[in-house]
Amino acid sequence: MTQQPILRLDDVVRTHGTGNTAVHALRGVSLTVRAGELVAVMGPSGSGKSTLLNLAGGLDAPTEGAVSIDGQVLASLSRAGLDRLRRRTMGFVFQDLNLIPSLTAIENVSLPMELDGVGVRKARAAARDALGKVGILELADRFPEQLSGGQQQRAAIARALVGDRRLVLADEPTGALDSTTGEAVLRTLRDQCDDGAGGLLVTHESRHAAWADRVIFLRDGVVVDATGDAETPESLLETGV
Amino acid sequence: MSIKHSLLALLQDGPGYGAQLRQEFEQRTGGTWPLNVGQVYTTLGRLERDGLVESAGAADEEGRIAYQLTDAGRTEVEQWWAVPVAREQTPRNELAIKLALAVTLPGVDVQRIVQTQRTATMTHLRDLTRLKRRADGEDLAWELVLESLVFADEAEVRWLDHVEARISRLGPPEAKASRTAPGATAGNAGVREGATNG
Repeated sequence: MTQQPILRLDDVVRTHGTGNTAVHALRGVSLTVRAGELVAVMGPSGSGKSTLLNLAGGLDAPTEGAVSIDGQVLASLSRAGLDRLRRRTMGFVFQDLNLIPSLTAIENVSLPMELDGVGVRKARAAARDALGKVGILELADRFPEQLSGGQQQRAAIARALVGDRRLVLADEPTGALDSTTGEAVLRTLRDQCDDGAGGLLVTHESRHAAWADRVIFLRDGVVVDATGDAETPESLLETGV
Repeated sequence: MSIKHSLLALLQDGPGYGAQLRQEFEQRTGGTWPLNVGQVYTTLGRLERDGLVESAGAADEEGRIAYQLTDAGRTEVEQWWAVPVAREQTPRNELAIKLALAVTLPGVDVQRIVQTQRTATMTHLRDLTRLKRRADGEDLAWELVLESLVFADEAEVRWLDHVEARISRLGPPEAKASRTAPGATAGNAGVREGATNG
């Protein structure tokens, strides 16, 4: 794969506390996510998955090692610079959707761009595109409470994808959705990566991780294994699956 | 897999000859369980002998004989739809056997076996997901077959996670290494303790 890295973690360590009470959430993890690539992270509770995602999104800083996005080391950025990078480059999809109840779906989706100084008309046009991508354009003017769980989840994803988000970070993005709706969410995430974004997906569901190009397994803060790059899926059929 | 019942079921849709039935079977199951044409003709021969199918007329210009269901054949298919698929009482599962042996024999790195298997199963699962994505709502029968394989892989990964959790709950192997039989590696010492005592 020759695409440039969007996200890079170099030998990242994250320790909470010191001395005897220190908790080693990550113990030397290196990871690269390139443009067009979706990488899934799996592992048991407490293995460091969420810490990894928070570090990748600049919501937390490593104790040792470096996190870079588009070649910029996050630790070298000012607070304002980091905020700008997060607003413009990254999209977050968390289990907790954080949709603002007093704003309609389209207002929720266009908000990050408007906060970034983009004109309302331009931001709304981008929001309409994003809502179209996740298949709920016709619900643009509804408030969150007028949407089903699956529709709210899609609105949250549209908000994460609006504009030119080059890195999408998702933590169990299918939440408690039924399997068909959950699959539609993953399909959207996958499409965004196929269109050139990089994606990092934390999940405990192997069926969801299977949408990624690569899967890494974390245990006790270290990568214990990773699947390799794709072979041609047709090879599955040559001998019967 | 019941070739017999699959062929009878396809004949419910009208008469067909061997190669045609084989093609229809593979089309519906995406070539997941390939049939060779010899198997199909042998089975049709047995079905005819047992009075479940009969030839639907003379051979065509290429010498092919189409078969159709008899009344007994129709009843047989109805029965097949009506009763649940029989499960072997305890189907042989190579992975379960491998791990059962691994946790009870010295010198085997169980953790490594679990990780290697999980990576392979995840890779298989990912490739199945790609095939499914390509099918994209176009072919319900084929997608359902793929999804059945996806759920089977998912179950295997969950079981492997469970095995790993049980092994790691036994604590760090180093602590128990001194109590391990000579020849056992530190890597499976804890497991052997657990397997023996638990």
